[in-house]
Amino acid sequence: MRTNREKRLFHFETPISVSASASAVGCEEWKGPYGKYFDFHDPSDRFGAKTWELAEGEMAKCALNLALKKRKISHEEIDILFAGDLQNQCMASSAGLYSFGIPYIGLYGACSTSVEGLLLAALTMNAQKKVARTAVVTSSHNCAAERQFRLPIEYGGQRTPTAQWTATAAGAFLLEKEKKGMQDSACIRTGMIGRAVDGGISDANNMGAAMAPAVCDSLRTYFEESGEKVEDFDLIVTGDLGTEGSAILEVLCRDVGFSLLDRHFDCGANLYDLQKQDAHAGGSGCGCIASMLAAYFVPKLSRGEHRRLLVLATGALMSPSSIQQGGSIIGIAPAIVMEYEKGEKKRARPDS
Amino acid sequence: MQDLILDCVKAFLVGGAFCVIAQLLIDLTAITPARILVLYVCSGVFLSAVGLFEPLRRFAGCGASVPLVGFGGLIARGVREAIQKDGVMGILSGPLTASAAGIAAALTFGFLAAVFFKGKPKKL
Amino acid sequence: MEQKLYLDKKRYGAYVKGRAARSHVFSNCTNAFLVGGSICTLGQALLGFYGQVLGMDERASATGVSVSLIFLAALLTGIGVFDRIGRVAGAGTLVPITGFSNAVTSPAIDTRSEGWVMGVGAKIFTVAGPVILYGTLSGVLYGTVYYILSLFL
Repeated sequence: MRTNREKRLFHFETPISVSASASAVGCEEWKGPYGKYFDFHDPSDRFGAKTWELAEGEMAKCALNLALKKRKISHEEIDILFAGDLQNQCMASSAGLYSFGIPYIGLYGACSTSVEGLLLAALTMNAQKKVARTAVVTSSHNCAAERQFRLPIEYGGQRTPTAQWTATAAGAFLLEKEKKGMQDSACIRTGMIGRAVDGGISDANNMGAAMAPAVCDSLRTYFEESGEKVEDFDLIVTGDLGTEGSAILEVLCRDVGFSLLDRHFDCGANLYDLQKQDAHAGGSGCGCIASMLAAYFVPKLSRGEHRRLLVLATGALMSPSSIQQGGSIIGIAPAIVMEYEKGEKKRARPDS
Repeated sequence: MQDLILDCVKAFLVGGAFCVIAQLLIDLTAITPARILVLYVCSGVFLSAVGLFEPLRRFAGCGASVPLVGFGGLIARGVREAIQKDGVMGILSGPLTASAAGIAAALTFGFLAAVFFKGKPKKL
Repeated sequence: MEQKLYLDKKRYGAYVKGRAARSHVFSNCTNAFLVGGSICTLGQALLGFYGQVLGMDERASATGVSVSLIFLAALLTGIGVFDRIGRVAGAGTLVPITGFSNAVTSPAIDTRSEGWVMGVGAKIFTVAGPVILYGTLSGVLYGTVYYILSLFL
């Protein structure tokens, strides 16, 4: 029976293992401090496609192919594909991934789509016995996002210091229930669906500030319902608050009575080398946390180098029209707990 | 030669000053760059209407005519001349007459750029 | 009890606004001044060239200056250099006629994939359209006033 205290938390009776993960990124992401961890990068950002929109789809496809290859399985063994991106009507995922022929659910959660997808996949796999293997793929492409949300790519404008840079990146995850023959892996044990929180921020050049209240809300709810503390996690990993949003989050959290301090890791603030790369407040986009999870955190968890992470992707829900009409940007932050899970086989360390 | 150098210095100072005013508006107020451009063109028309633009242009040359206020000044001059020539219809035929070359050039070169160049990804 | 900061839109909005780092106004203005001034100086030099060397009349050489700068900006936009200059120069490239040219060229290059008519054709005006519209409108307004006054004076 569920206690009232845990109204919003989902504990998965069957923990869902991330059996493989892979990432594909663009040039600037590869040049960033975590560049060497990504599985694939295309210096031209084009991924062999004619348009930026299709390039994003190809990048997502590339990430899923790499994940399947790592797990040495065929796409036919995947029961459901959860995928999403930033483009209008999620076209990158549809155009890039339709050819796999996997039953597909398109998602939109702005930059929170990766965790939204992982959470939905875990819920589905727990609810339906026959869903044994699922895949989650999310992507974003700087040029496609610039074109859709901001100005033409060649337009020579300046941006404010709080603006963020949409990452050209994709992450793919394969999720499984079956533990037999499984290597050490990262697994999802708990999840919480985010609440849409309107902080009243309407400046599209300050998305960190627009999303921070939603993260604070999710963290507060999680800690209140679970009774856990920040110290129970190796790291609290957030999506793309950037430097500005991260600093704001710390202030908001202290206001509700806890501090993240050195246990907070924001993917957006770390994806680029902000001293050398002029990304202002950091990276953003669906691909930002997706690629960092797939390339860095999931492998670290699988090797037992991290034991327990609280992962919150952060989404800024808005559209070009809502921004032009001066509407506020609504934040959302779904959360999952990822843990190291001992498998039947130890995972080999990658040669470095 | 000396005249040319003096003209260049004046153009540099006045043209630079117009840019600094716009930069201050962008950085210190919430006015977006697109609105600055609109504001500049309209102010050019206004300055010309109240008779300030022509003296400024005579003084600063390209320092006044190259910034978008100059575009506004051109529109206002076109209107004045068209009304003097054609009467009431000049109100409508004037605005784009004097600025026609600039607009046609921008559209032509813009189109040609689209024909010959492919978009490149932004770099950090 | 006082609402928590993250749920209090008014207080939160004020806090966010207050802490957001401002652009570096001084260096931005310096860059804008130097780049914008240089573009105007280049225009002035071209004006001298067209007038004194090629012997064009005043209006023709002024038009020549505009067209040359527009061409230069379109070319730099095409080879992907303009946006990098613009990021540093800010209003220095925006305010001169080069900014207008970039505002026309950049959507043209960008929307090629949507076709020549509804892509390039329609969207070429997305950024520069307001300048043309409101420039024309203020011209018409000025013309109306000018015409009415000319009847009485």
